[in-house]
Amino acid sequence: MSLVTDKIISKPKIETRDLGLEMTENNRSLIEISNFDFFYGEKQALFDVSMDIKEREVTAFIGPSGCGKSTLLRCINRMNDLIEVARIGSGKITVNGVDIYDDRVDTIELRKRVGMVFQKSNPFPKSIYENVVYGLRIQGITRKSKLDEAVERCLKGAALWEEVKDRLDTSGLSLSGGQQQRLCIARALAVEPDILLMDEPCSALDPVATAKVEELIHTLKDRYTIVIVTHNMQQAARVSDRTAFFYLGKLIEMNATDQIFMSPDREQTEAYISGRFG
Amino acid sequence: MATKNMETLSPEALALYGTPTKAKLIEQLVFWGFRVGTYFVLACAASIFIDIFYKGGQTVFQSEYPFINVEFLTGSPQTLHVFEFEGASYEMSDSAFRVFKEEAGVSIVSDTYAYSGGGIWPCIVGTLLLVIGSMVIALTLGVLSAIFLSEYSRPGRVLNAVRLSILNLAGVPSIVFGIFGMGLFVLAFGWNVSLIAGWFTLAFMVLPIVISASEESMRAIPQGLRDGSLALGASKWTAIRTNVLPYAMPGILTSSIIGVGRVAGETAPIMFTAAYALRDHLPWQGLEHWYDFFFQGVMALPYHIYVVSMKIPQNEYTSRMQYGTAFVFLFIVAGITLVSILLRIRMRKKYRW
Repeated sequence: MSLVTDKIISKPKIETRDLGLEMTENNRSLIEISNFDFFYGEKQALFDVSMDIKEREVTAFIGPSGCGKSTLLRCINRMNDLIEVARIGSGKITVNGVDIYDDRVDTIELRKRVGMVFQKSNPFPKSIYENVVYGLRIQGITRKSKLDEAVERCLKGAALWEEVKDRLDTSGLSLSGGQQQRLCIARALAVEPDILLMDEPCSALDPVATAKVEELIHTLKDRYTIVIVTHNMQQAARVSDRTAFFYLGKLIEMNATDQIFMSPDREQTEAYISGRFG
Repeated sequence: MATKNMETLSPEALALYGTPTKAKLIEQLVFWGFRVGTYFVLACAASIFIDIFYKGGQTVFQSEYPFINVEFLTGSPQTLHVFEFEGASYEMSDSAFRVFKEEAGVSIVSDTYAYSGGGIWPCIVGTLLLVIGSMVIALTLGVLSAIFLSEYSRPGRVLNAVRLSILNLAGVPSIVFGIFGMGLFVLAFGWNVSLIAGWFTLAFMVLPIVISASEESMRAIPQGLRDGSLALGASKWTAIRTNVLPYAMPGILTSSIIGVGRVAGETAPIMFTAAYALRDHLPWQGLEHWYDFFFQGVMALPYHIYVVSMKIPQNEYTSRMQYGTAFVFLFIVAGITLVSILLRIRMRKKYRW
């Protein structure tokens, strides 16, 4: 394993509560994006994006469709590597101080640290139990007690345990849409990431299921750094500490969520959140 | 009641009941065209099956216990002797005839008919071995290349060329595969007429079917499953192994069912590469080394039908043999197909998505 990935792994886990610290503006930046340009083939999708994402906060990306918010999200765990024509222009993204586009970075290790929940819930066609332990099994962990423990811990973490504890061996696809999405979150928690990326996790859910997922996000931010892409501005206002507004591939404004929604600095931001376009 | 009402209806309303128009007539004609076409195919298939089942059944089954002609299913092909002895007429295969002559102690003059006595056990064994071996090779090679084509390759000229050649391969007549197999495996590789040469020749013949169907079933797996496992820290191969292949397997097996039928049925590819017209030893008999198993020719059902029909004088005794062989042959292909279908159903149940 390379030096770089070791650095990613050996991040000290500081329990803010243990240290008696409050969540403050002084939270350190876990993800730093600087002057980042990104292309799909000839088409530039992101222009000179720079931002800091703080540890143990919920950061929301908002903006109209095609503004590049999902693209940026998928750059943070290098899921864009899968797209043939995708390439980086200039700039860099660092996670915990490591340039993740460095050649020596192992994407497998990176994706374990930076989990992802997709827009369309995609549980594997396996049992609920197997869905949760998938990430552990592919790491070669087979001890039953360890897997059992992980299943209970993660399903509890994803607020799904009470609903499914009696039918862990039924298919993940037998769950309702909202439950499936929480199962996907539980699955992501199992590999113990530091960061959770959520790509419009509630876009296919009804209001009740959405409320549950939002509640879950609230509890998760004690332990995880969360970046959520949403096209629902109320959702951004409800769940996030900071909000970044994107338009046509550019970061227009980023600030504390209250600030963005009450008194945005930029006119475009105001126009968007007041519903005049988008 | 309807007719009574119709008299009181207005002309506009009556028009709803419709009048025969040209369009409707054409509709009827076309419909009958489809129907006749379908029934014609059905009739052809039925006449073939009924003919083979009726005539072949007479060879395979018999009226007295054990009702199945055991010698036919378990014996080797032999010459049939037909003779009269002490007023009674007999039909006997060669080995039985020798014993009979020994016991009678006199020389008996008989009419002999080549290949018309005994059974077809070595052909059954040979066909099963050919099918199993070539399907193992075809599925291995086919799935490997399908994984490459659908998961790893980059779209472009090379990929198009590969696809085009696979398509072309599917259109090559089987006799060409036979000659090719003889040239490459039998002569150039020096494998002689052997099981392994037949396996590879047959495998190459069904490879296009297996590849294109496997690729198709892998492409049908939602991208979300791949993304989901990659996002959990799976390598590309792990994602394919755990979340693509298992769910594509039922589709791949479906394609191999078609392949099994072709492999079992084709005569041309094995004619020069694997099939013997007559062989006394069964494949596992008289082997000096274990690997000799792969380098021996075998008898096979389709080739046996061909030999009995084309290579020897025809008469009532040979036609019994032909129909019996065809009957068993159909039965075996149906059996193998049934097993693959059951396997597929089981897999579908296990991996439903």
